[in-house]
Amino acid sequence: MSAATYTIEGRTGPWELVIGLEVHAQVISRAKLFSGAATAFGAEPNTQVSFVDAGFPGMLPVINRECVAQAVRTGLGLNARINLWSRFDRKNYFYADLPQGYQISQYAHPIVGSGAVEIELPDGTTKRIGITRLHLEQDAGKSLHDQHPTKTFVDLNRSGIALMEIVSEPDMRSPEEAGAYLAKLRQIMRYLGTCDGNMEEGSLRADVNVSVRRPGEGYRTRCEVKNINSIRFVMQAIEAEARRQIAVWEEGGEVEQETRLFDTGRGVTRSMRSKEEAHDYRYFPDPDLPPLVLDEAWVEELRRTLPELPDARKARYMRDFGLPAYDASVLVAEKETAAYYEEVARGRDPKLAANWVMGDLFAALNRTRRTIADPPVSARDLGALLDLMRDGTLSGKLAKEVFEAMVETGRPPGAIVEERGLRQVTDTGAIEAAVAKVLAANADKVAEYKAGKEKLFGFFVGQVMKAMQGKANPALVNELLKRALG
Amino acid sequence: MRPTDFTVAGALAALEEGAISAVELTRAHLEAVEALNPRLNALITVTADQAMEAARESDARRARGEARPLEGIPLAIKDLFCTAGVRTTAGSRILGNFVPPYESTVTAQLRRDGAVFLGKANLDEFAMGSSNMTSAFGPVENPWSRRNDPGTRLVPGGSSGGSAAAVAARMALGATGTDTGGSIRQPAAFCGIVGIKPTYGRCSRYGIVAFASSLDQAGPFARTVEDCAILLRSMSGHDPKDSTSARVPVPDFAAACARSVKGLRIGVPREYRLDGMPAEIEALWRQGLDWLRAEGAETVEISLPHTKYALPAYYIVAPAEASSNLARYDGVRYGLRVEEKGGDLRDMYERTRAAGFGAEVKRRIMIGTYVLSAGYYEAYYLKAQKVRALIARDFDRAWERVDAIVTPATPSAAFAMGAKMGDPVTMYLNDVFTVTANLAGLPGLAVPAGLDAEGLPLGLQVIGRPFDEETVFAVGAAIERAADFRALPRVRAGA
Repeated sequence: MSAATYTIEGRTGPWELVIGLEVHAQVISRAKLFSGAATAFGAEPNTQVSFVDAGFPGMLPVINRECVAQAVRTGLGLNARINLWSRFDRKNYFYADLPQGYQISQYAHPIVGSGAVEIELPDGTTKRIGITRLHLEQDAGKSLHDQHPTKTFVDLNRSGIALMEIVSEPDMRSPEEAGAYLAKLRQIMRYLGTCDGNMEEGSLRADVNVSVRRPGEGYRTRCEVKNINSIRFVMQAIEAEARRQIAVWEEGGEVEQETRLFDTGRGVTRSMRSKEEAHDYRYFPDPDLPPLVLDEAWVEELRRTLPELPDARKARYMRDFGLPAYDASVLVAEKETAAYYEEVARGRDPKLAANWVMGDLFAALNRTRRTIADPPVSARDLGALLDLMRDGTLSGKLAKEVFEAMVETGRPPGAIVEERGLRQVTDTGAIEAAVAKVLAANADKVAEYKAGKEKLFGFFVGQVMKAMQGKANPALVNELLKRALG
Repeated sequence: MRPTDFTVAGALAALEEGAISAVELTRAHLEAVEALNPRLNALITVTADQAMEAARESDARRARGEARPLEGIPLAIKDLFCTAGVRTTAGSRILGNFVPPYESTVTAQLRRDGAVFLGKANLDEFAMGSSNMTSAFGPVENPWSRRNDPGTRLVPGGSSGGSAAAVAARMALGATGTDTGGSIRQPAAFCGIVGIKPTYGRCSRYGIVAFASSLDQAGPFARTVEDCAILLRSMSGHDPKDSTSARVPVPDFAAACARSVKGLRIGVPREYRLDGMPAEIEALWRQGLDWLRAEGAETVEISLPHTKYALPAYYIVAPAEASSNLARYDGVRYGLRVEEKGGDLRDMYERTRAAGFGAEVKRRIMIGTYVLSAGYYEAYYLKAQKVRALIARDFDRAWERVDAIVTPATPSAAFAMGAKMGDPVTMYLNDVFTVTANLAGLPGLAVPAGLDAEGLPLGLQVIGRPFDEETVFAVGAAIERAADFRALPRVRAGA
């Protein structure tokens, strides 16, 4: 636990924050939750819509088994209870992009019950955040208000796509914790392959519940800030909403429970709907769908085939590879980075591999604006480069040079070494000749060295390397110089 | 023999013998439709060209020796079943121009088996009604009329009133219906024909415009029990497109019609003996039980103690589901749209739904919305679901003692058009004997058993165990044989 509690200093004293998140994560699946229509992002409007998704008369939902499996995998990844019996309810409301006039969701009996994730804070401490539940539901379509001066256009491609709503306990106490929690959820789901976590495309969105209180108090009224689509905005929205509530309380007012939106431009939250328009969703069990009953053996099979999750992987890197906690965290942050690292490290010095990935490779990614999924140097080529260092073909300095050439050309290190003649010289005869030449040309320095000025050894190494155009094996240079200087 | 007087079984035999062609059979029925529909208004849409085309195809297939189980049989299809390329209205203005691009599973299976569709049958709007008076396409007239008052036009019952009237008047050999609270059995009884609502899950609901999803079930109408059995076989079967359709084998229902009822135990529920029930219906019920005893069945008085709560529970559950099922008719994607220049989305919803739905549909949407509302849900919807479970338990206990249950199908014979319209509850009482089978998901069959003093048909109902339609057919066929019901409606083909 972090020792210091995060507070916001108000006019009348410090205030604590209480934060809970409802995260909507789009399930990775080829087809929608209750129809066979495709789910690819970015398709032409209304091209991925079945009659079920468009709410045509007589159309019926049929549950997609893969979406259920994805929800179960996610539940297992969140260390949560899997409910073998769950049920779908209808949430009734009218909107132009809600074709059925109701959303099929799991209100009373979610597929996943309580669980927890551990978040890591910048100061290195960790904290457990409780998961209340995870349930499956349909996404709505999209209303486009900017396509026509007086009309709203509706795109139903998203209508019926499977979402997981993941509800946390009100366990977070600072914007940073909320950000770390959302990042952790995204990381776990990416590892599981259950949600791509792409917040720009809307596959991960968060509703934030915020309240403030005096230290030691119970909960005060909370407000929900809806539909935030980046971790940074989540943190900003929490801060802005907390400050707004503090001002209300400090002015003697009363915070009213309501739904608000975050204005990213102005950095403030504003009220979304008034109480007069408060919805009564008239939830009731969807009579088109029998209860969802899972076979325990099937759940166990999913558990057995779950990939290694980031926490376990980090622990393994520290234990088996001897990496420091920080390095291990960085390498497991993205599934693709970890996969890259492991390929480089396989059969090689894991610490050296970590240094290259976190140092030269990350720098190259930054410089070339590419991602680990599409790196300028493949893991295999970087591994080969490490091999060339180990067998003495390349010195550390030469390896850096070869790496830069690899980034530039995309060619494997062996080819670059051959083409540019960068192979380091291990021919003792050539090095001995260079040593002799250097010592002869610097007789005064040799005398000083012999008189006790041992610092000059580095100077001789530099001169020999220079004479060899940097291609000499440094270990050999050292050895031969020492012998010559006697 | 007039082609329109055939039974389905008889027509199949005649077609196979070459005594008649599918084209002749279909043409005779289309002529009957042309002659009688202007008066009865049983069909909303007549698909004469498609029917003749299908009949020609049927004759060609039969000539090639590739006849299918219903090859060339002309049927009417309740206009609640979506039919690809053919307008499907649900009896409502809001779907008045709706042409579905897809086919319901039940009608697809009937086509697969060679049936010929004459057209789409009239119904109460969204299947909500017991008189066919709520159709946006006008009421249907019952082909029967009172012996001493032939001028008073009677209702065919509802909601499948057009289907029942068409079959009774010999405009079709059979028809499809749907039954949510009695919408097949009550019109069958009012029109002197046979209709069965099979077990919930027996027929796919895919492509049937939904009224109350947990109660809706498709079933056939015909003029004999065996014909219903033949049609039901084609309509039944598991459908992966309907999650509530059952994975159970489809037996040869027609074969079950010949089964003896000897040794069967027939339950007689004492709660179905209502105060004020017409003596003729009481007498007919007793008569039916006598017939079954004469065939070797044993009758057993049973109790279904929660029967009196069935109707109120039904009129909570069905409107609740309907209020949600009908939310999709909003003018956005298909069907009627009414908008005012400058109006917003909400304005369009209100105008569209105000103009598109009739009074009974609006009433049920409002009731349903009310019973699902926060603060009322527990007292109404949840309580009704508990009642439903108790009614199902009543039946479960009964099945320990009996193999089938026999009751009257309706508390009265067909009534006059316009009667019972003042107070909706009077109309709802029509369903008193039939809703229990829907609430418990059980098969129920109505079979004509006699006439009342006015010469109007009266029916008995046979209720069976889940997925035991075979026993229901056996008992229904035994009543049919004993009743030897030969009376004919005044309005019919060739009359």
